[in-house]
Amino acid sequence: MSSVIEQNAKEGNQSEIRYLTPPPIEVKKEKYCRFKKAGIKYIDYKDPDYLLKLVNEQGKILPRRITGTSMKYQGRVAQAVKRARHMALMPYVTDLLK
Amino acid sequence: MAGSKARRRIRPPKQIVLDFYGEIPIFAALILIEIMHQYESMFILTPVLSDEQLQEAVDRYRELLKENGCEVVNDESWGLRKLAYPIQKKSTGFYHLFEFKADPTFVDKWELAFRRDERIIRFGTFRLDKHAVEYNQKRREKLASKSK
Repeated sequence: MSSVIEQNAKEGNQSEIRYLTPPPIEVKKEKYCRFKKAGIKYIDYKDPDYLLKLVNEQGKILPRRITGTSMKYQGRVAQAVKRARHMALMPYVTDLLK
Repeated sequence: MAGSKARRRIRPPKQIVLDFYGEIPIFAALILIEIMHQYESMFILTPVLSDEQLQEAVDRYRELLKENGCEVVNDESWGLRKLAYPIQKKSTGFYHLFEFKADPTFVDKWELAFRRDERIIRFGTFRLDKHAVEYNQKRREKLASKSK
């Protein structure tokens, strides 16, 4: 055994630590802009069913840090949702939307 | 710092001189004629109207578009629809959608007609950019194929 350790030391492998159970490594899911990926260039306010994906249960617009939408499209999302609200296609305030 | 500030104050303000002498140059006039944007207008009519009254109301706006030389691209009725929240104590309304090409100055006139009309409880006019035009065209084609 000692000879193996010595060999490892010579090769510079002393830093290798072994655990009985491998430590959990959180793999962060890469966020992406769904509009860029799908090639959507215009977000329609006339389609409230689609806009439902971009708001939370209270009908508030989801932030970029959650959806991963790019700045350019976040602005368009906001505009579409606000237009839909004005045209009474979506509620301004609500509860249990989904 | 103080010196530069003082100097800045002395400097005369830059002016852009627009001397048309009361006349619009020919190139500007040409641009004025050229401007035609595509708009989309959605409005909600009160649910108390009868079918005839509804037709009459919509016809009036169709006529208005025609009178002002606008090219109607789309004319769509969504029928009676539930509103997401009550407007003027009404929970339903007739939705109607117009898509047209018009001069920007026409929009004011168009919206003024909506404001004066008691039958209309909500309206919205939106300018369409090229992506929106493309999207709407696809949407229309989809609807047309579905109805067939």
